[in-house]
Amino acid sequence: MADVNRGDRPLSPHLTIYRPLYTMILSITHRITGVGLTLGLVLVTWWFLAAAIGEDAFAVADGVLTSVIGGLVLIASLWALMFHLCNGIRHLFWDAGMGFELETAWRSGLAVIAGSIVLTVLVMLVALGVF
Amino acid sequence: MAYRTDRQRVEGLGTAKDGTREWVGQRVSAMALIPLVIFFVLPLARHLGGGYDEMVAVYQNPFNAIVGILFFIVITSHLRHGLQEVIVDYVHGKTALTISLLANQMFTGVLGVTGVFSIAKIAFGG
Repeated sequence: MADVNRGDRPLSPHLTIYRPLYTMILSITHRITGVGLTLGLVLVTWWFLAAAIGEDAFAVADGVLTSVIGGLVLIASLWALMFHLCNGIRHLFWDAGMGFELETAWRSGLAVIAGSIVLTVLVMLVALGVF
Repeated sequence: MAYRTDRQRVEGLGTAKDGTREWVGQRVSAMALIPLVIFFVLPLARHLGGGYDEMVAVYQNPFNAIVGILFFIVITSHLRHGLQEVIVDYVHGKTALTISLLANQMFTGVLGVTGVFSIAKIAFGG
């Protein structure tokens, strides 16, 4: 009976055991950005709903989204979206059985960080009318 | 040596034994979102802050309207799968889990329909 040794069974090692690696940070950041992007999507949905209701409602939503705080939330959401996009593509390669070698996973992780920053800057340049 | 307890065996605890549909659905929506995110975000970034008339004109363009509607359908499906994964990881207890999963279904469903309806209304004439 397995119940006899309850409390005396070996436990698999968990977070506290391992040396922190930046790939671990990327992993949890994927989940955090995914959940956090809910807020960005709610704000954007509100913006569309307000436009569908009429000009007055739109002015309120648009005012919030283009305010300083709204803008900071949108920029954070933009980076979170670009990170989640890049790291999501990395995940799709893993799901296809590719890129599991340690060296490859480290380099693809760096590419995700760089890619998310570059894409965020590019979209912000579009927003500022540079492109 | 068997590490599973009798109680786990009786209650059927252990692996979930299903979830392939969710796993595949999450990846299919992920792939669809790669182009959708790009074509949704660019006009949004370009025209956010341009005022009501400009916004309406942008989403009366059939391309932007279709991309926008597809975006809302697919991203709320992807969000539902993603939040569900987080909920089943962190929410314990049958009642709390059931309520959380139901709330997730309703929230993402309402969000998706709101987005689709809003863009359709703007596209069909504000």
